[in-house]
Amino acid sequence: MKRYSALSLLAGALTGHRRWSQAWRTPELRKSYDVVLVGAGGHGLATAYYLAKKHGIRNIAILEKGHLGGGSVGRNTQVTRSNYFWPESAAFFDHSLKLYESMSVDLNFNVMLSQRGILTLAHSHHDLEALRRWANAIQVNEIDSELLTPGDVKRIAPLIRMDGRYPVHGGFIQRRGGISRHDAVAWAYARAASALGVDIIQQCEVTGLTIAGNRIRGVETSRGPITTSKLALCVAGHTSVLAAMAGIRVPVNSMTLQAMVSEPIKPCLDTIVLSPIVHMYVSQSDRGEIVLGGGADVYTSYSQRGGVPVLQETVSALTELFPAFSRLRLMRQWAGIVDITPDTTPLMGKTPVEGLYISGGWGTGGYKAIPAGGDTMAHTIANDSPHPLIASFGLDRFASGALIDEGAASGVAH
Amino acid sequence: MMQLPCPYCGVRDEDEFRFGGQSHITRPDLNCSDAEWADYLFCRDNPQGVHFERWLHAFGCGRWFNLARHTVTHEILACYRMGEPKPNVTGDAA
Repeated sequence: MKRYSALSLLAGALTGHRRWSQAWRTPELRKSYDVVLVGAGGHGLATAYYLAKKHGIRNIAILEKGHLGGGSVGRNTQVTRSNYFWPESAAFFDHSLKLYESMSVDLNFNVMLSQRGILTLAHSHHDLEALRRWANAIQVNEIDSELLTPGDVKRIAPLIRMDGRYPVHGGFIQRRGGISRHDAVAWAYARAASALGVDIIQQCEVTGLTIAGNRIRGVETSRGPITTSKLALCVAGHTSVLAAMAGIRVPVNSMTLQAMVSEPIKPCLDTIVLSPIVHMYVSQSDRGEIVLGGGADVYTSYSQRGGVPVLQETVSALTELFPAFSRLRLMRQWAGIVDITPDTTPLMGKTPVEGLYISGGWGTGGYKAIPAGGDTMAHTIANDSPHPLIASFGLDRFASGALIDEGAASGVAH
Repeated sequence: MMQLPCPYCGVRDEDEFRFGGQSHITRPDLNCSDAEWADYLFCRDNPQGVHFERWLHAFGCGRWFNLARHTVTHEILACYRMGEPKPNVTGDAA
């Protein structure tokens, strides 16, 4: 792997950017691998990287139906935060945020993490009470959170209308929360994993799982069969479809979550603003676009297209809170599939089939979980035993009743 | 905008309706195992294809009904009242 640096950038510029090498290899598919990961998205790529880096397992294939980073990792709104309520979620997501903080150096790839803070608004006295409880729980989890007065909110985001249809009674902020470049995260893990010997195979669809004696033996693909003794599903919204190939029912509901961006404007919003009650959150990208998202389209859907009613609700919430944005034109609107679990906590770990692992149930928060998801999944696969941080995220929690009812997972009221 | 057929009111915009999840779920016997009870409480079909599901015409007649809808194309393949048997419809897999 050719190291990126200021010097290599300069050398690249002086040679007219004609000498850059491919960031990752395009290998031939082999017949057998120690570990096969399904899905070249954030979680599959990160899992491969940590397996190779920390556990010395390098004979790995990542099978991708479409193209690398073309699913949810390329469709989210790039938010990373760890302001979760329950200790289990907080520990996991703060581990993730810490890995994000060192990612650009660790992977030698600038993921452009900007820790601009995530500001959650309260629109009534009761909202503020609920936020106070949430913010205190975060502090008890030893994660930064600060309660804000309306005056503080106005100073941080002057464009917010304080006394409109949704009056602002205060809020709280996690200053370490932020945004990063989502494609760069996928590319960084792909490049680093490929350099360690991981084969990333694109346009290779998994059509069946080979299971004998309740053990994973291999996988059927559109490019022929592959034998392996360990296989992990890192397929986000398609977890139900792939798990069904092993006869496993997973408690997720696949829905559409949409996002949209406006035309680019000059810098005017240097934090992420989230309003739980009106289901809207907004930030400004480095290109100047106003990036906004809202709630999911609440019916089962694999369409990857958002419906008009949620789009209208999201936009009207934005223009009520930020009247200055009402004249902006939306440039693009898109959607991804989110796999929402009953307790909005991820589904991670072993399955009833030996050697088959699941990394899913990410719901609306898969992007922020990428580094920790990869790190803990790699540990789980290498040791055939769940990493302590995800021990309570297993499929077995639904029968035992040990749910982690994480209302803060999406940061909005349900 | 999806347009959904209410068997009582006719075709209306989706924002008049509320989604009620999978239809035809039968509660298991109360002596069942924890795993069966967990499956009944938490697991749903979630198919990439035809889904038999309940909808409530919340901002209309206020009545529940069933749809068979394709979860990739959102095509409505059948509409039938509560209590009626699951119709025999199949859609092309996407």
